[in-house]
Amino acid sequence: MTAKLSANNLTLIRGERCLFTGLSFALGTGQLLLLEGQNGSGKTSLLRALVGLLELEEGEIVWNGEPIRRARQAYFKSLVWLAHRVGLKADLTLVENLQFESALRPIANTDFNAVLERLGIERLKKLPMRSLSAGQQRRVALARVLLSAADLWLMDEPFTNLDRDGRQLVDEIVGQHLSNGGMCVMAAHQDVEIDAPTQKLVLE
Amino acid sequence: MNSAAEQTPGLLAGLTATVRRDLLLAWKRPGDVLNPLFFFAMVCTLFPLAVGPSVEQLQFSGPGILWVAALLAMLLSLNSLFLADFEDGSLEQLLVSPQPLVLLGLGKTIAHWLTSGLPLVIISPLMAMTFQMPLESIGVLMLTLTLGTISLSMLGSVGAALTVGLYRGTALLSLLILPLAMPVLIFGARTVSLAAAGDVYSGGIFALAAYAVGAVSLAPYATAAALRISNE
Repeated sequence: MTAKLSANNLTLIRGERCLFTGLSFALGTGQLLLLEGQNGSGKTSLLRALVGLLELEEGEIVWNGEPIRRARQAYFKSLVWLAHRVGLKADLTLVENLQFESALRPIANTDFNAVLERLGIERLKKLPMRSLSAGQQRRVALARVLLSAADLWLMDEPFTNLDRDGRQLVDEIVGQHLSNGGMCVMAAHQDVEIDAPTQKLVLE
Repeated sequence: MNSAAEQTPGLLAGLTATVRRDLLLAWKRPGDVLNPLFFFAMVCTLFPLAVGPSVEQLQFSGPGILWVAALLAMLLSLNSLFLADFEDGSLEQLLVSPQPLVLLGLGKTIAHWLTSGLPLVIISPLMAMTFQMPLESIGVLMLTLTLGTISLSMLGSVGAALTVGLYRGTALLSLLILPLAMPVLIFGARTVSLAAAGDVYSGGIFALAAYAVGAVSLAPYATAAALRISNE
């Protein structure tokens, strides 16, 4: 099996601190990479570097055999980024927010309403994001991930603010994505119960 | 994975969607749009009250004051151009989109001009009346303001993108933008004065138009680069 996403000898320095050095991994289709470590150990920074938002001090991230610095457009086409901040407009409704999404990146041909129903947010369609609870907003952010046609899911603490059912749902959704040949890099504190080949990366 | 079943949005889809979304947001929160407009209207109506009713004096100082008020109103509105998107994380989503960031930033800037520059142009004839400006110069005032505010929105987007990551970057933003905005102010105010005095003024219009064309074609690239730096 060949790796689709690989990182070679990454070094990241933020301010005065070296977060990690000589970090490498390779991820193939259907695999999950779990990032673990204490608060402030650099999980989010590593994810942001993988998304291409942070400039690395050293090393290279390679997607489909091409460094992402050179093939940024193609890389962005195949990834979706679930950040800590949900990235949804508080004054717009759920549907308006997700419609805007569909102009930004390739969208899978899935039934919009079915996705909302699965996440238990179809009742909230007409409400502005402002009136939704933090957990409900997180579910809308998950809807963005589910609606996208991306192969690579990069998720920063996807379980935050979710209830027990919601956490199970994330496990289930990610598991399904992986069994369809997708990939996922996830930073998580909770125990993750996903039935897929999993690599763990512990940051110190 | 299911590459056959996916729909990739077109190149201009991102631009139009960004303009539409920002206009929709402005519609839902009209306060942000009205603030600079009120500022412009207040300066322009208070000045004649303070200066006195002498028609000669009002006509003489009118173009300059209108233009300074317009410039400051634009500066006032620039700070919020990328700030809300930065704070709620939607700017990051724009940055990791396969759509070219140049077009997405341009979309946001166009929406900014439509909600802050265009309203100034529209109420400017009313403000010109408080200065008793001759009727013939009002068309010139609107034309120069249109060209000038386009330049200011474009230049301002670069400054706003550079300062978006900084805590309270407003003062720095003004400092960055003002030197670049000086030609707009000088040409704008002088052209209106010349038109009011019945002199030849076409040179100023050409200069403002050239400046606007330059800003529209170059600023989006600088804005995109600045946004990537600010989000590190």
